[in-house]
Amino acid sequence: MTTASVYEYIVRTKDLMKVYTMGDQEVRAVDGVALDIRRGEYISIMGPSGSGKSTLFNMIGGLDKPSHGTVFIDETDMAQLTASELAYLRCRKIGYIFQTFNLIPVMTALENVTLPMIFAGLSTDDALDKGVELLRTVGLGERRDHKPTELSGGQQQRVAIARALANDPAIILADEPTGNLDLKTGKEIIALLKEMNEAKKVTVISATHDLKMIDVSDRVVWIRDGKIERIQERADIDLQVGQMAGEEQ
Amino acid sequence: MASEPQSQAGQAGRIVIESQIVLPWSRTLQMTRENIFVRFGRSVITASGIFLGIAFLSAVLFGSAAARVQETLVKSQVGLISTDTAEMQARTIWLVAMSLLVATVGIVNSMLMSVTERYKEIGTMKCLGALDRFIVRLFILESALLGMLGSLTGTIVGTGAMTAVYAGRMGWGHALSSWKETCLVLGGTSVPLWVGIIVGLLVGSFLSVCAALYPAWRAAKMPPAAALRSEF
Repeated sequence: MTTASVYEYIVRTKDLMKVYTMGDQEVRAVDGVALDIRRGEYISIMGPSGSGKSTLFNMIGGLDKPSHGTVFIDETDMAQLTASELAYLRCRKIGYIFQTFNLIPVMTALENVTLPMIFAGLSTDDALDKGVELLRTVGLGERRDHKPTELSGGQQQRVAIARALANDPAIILADEPTGNLDLKTGKEIIALLKEMNEAKKVTVISATHDLKMIDVSDRVVWIRDGKIERIQERADIDLQVGQMAGEEQ
Repeated sequence: MASEPQSQAGQAGRIVIESQIVLPWSRTLQMTRENIFVRFGRSVITASGIFLGIAFLSAVLFGSAAARVQETLVKSQVGLISTDTAEMQARTIWLVAMSLLVATVGIVNSMLMSVTERYKEIGTMKCLGALDRFIVRLFILESALLGMLGSLTGTIVGTGAMTAVYAGRMGWGHALSSWKETCLVLGGTSVPLWVGIIVGLLVGSFLSVCAALYPAWRAAKMPPAAALRSEF
């Protein structure tokens, strides 16, 4: 646990930067971030709103292009990928979870879950079988034919998690996954993410300001003004959680 | 992509990757059907933009042809000769141009709205691995269907209403004979009404596909993060 070389890194960023021009001012939303994410870990990127965590998250997920610097996923430089290679990466390697769930509104839960599998070339029957199984895993076996509007927020997020897992990705990227959920449902979603992280060995990267997330994280990266303020390991976190639990009561 | 200079092996690798992401036609059709019927109210509004434009266009064309029929009727009955056909012709062309303009604006506006209000959905689809062309294909199919449906009903209602109006004036037989009458003279060629109506139908469908194509293409090209940010 002491030397960095023990770990295999699934995501690495080098001198990552995102600059927005607002009028004649340059705003550095992300300013020179170097972050190595270990395969199979549960890592939380924490920071207040406007700290640049979502921008960082988008660049790691290939949803936005950095102004400067590089993101490597499995040692592949994302900037070198063509549009279709990026689509392939998004389809097979990464599962996305969003604050607003982002289910396709006209499709049922099952259709939402099977869509990435259809893109990946699975036959309809195989996709349906796997989709049903995934929905059962997240506890929504009975709800497969419901449309997103007929599901509660927590249920929609469960569908989103099942959809993110559809093509057995190596990474799950969760952007404020509990942001639109109440305390109890948020806790359930966090527990489900942790469960998937352990059962499927999928790397979970979540951008959040939900302190409940600290509990399950292997590491926490604190972001402020587009820079990494500090990175905490599991061992250091335990102490803090104890204090926080005290504060809550 | 294909225009970039690449080694043979790189090219082959890219083609292999591209062929590994698919959206079968059966699923495309299913998604289009869901998009149209689940958002039925929205689809009706979109189609009604096209409907109104094409109904106006076909009514103008019909009116022009029926006026010619009426004119020949009057001439043969009373023996009068020559109304100013050049002036009438100019007025018809002006009316047709206006109605085409109305149709275009209506169609472009409704398709633009129906695409832009779905930016977020497009961004989500791209996150799930959709290629740009899947998005464009879905919208082309949907707009073509809505365009055809809107144009067809527009034509039926537009010509139907005008037939009824002229039937009241000069009887059903003469009103229906307008279909064979010239509705427009373009560059010396007389265009019969039925040709004009069919062209109107095609124009409606074509315009709605064109109007959807540009915003859909632009949305497909957007970085997913930008598409996801947009709120409607």
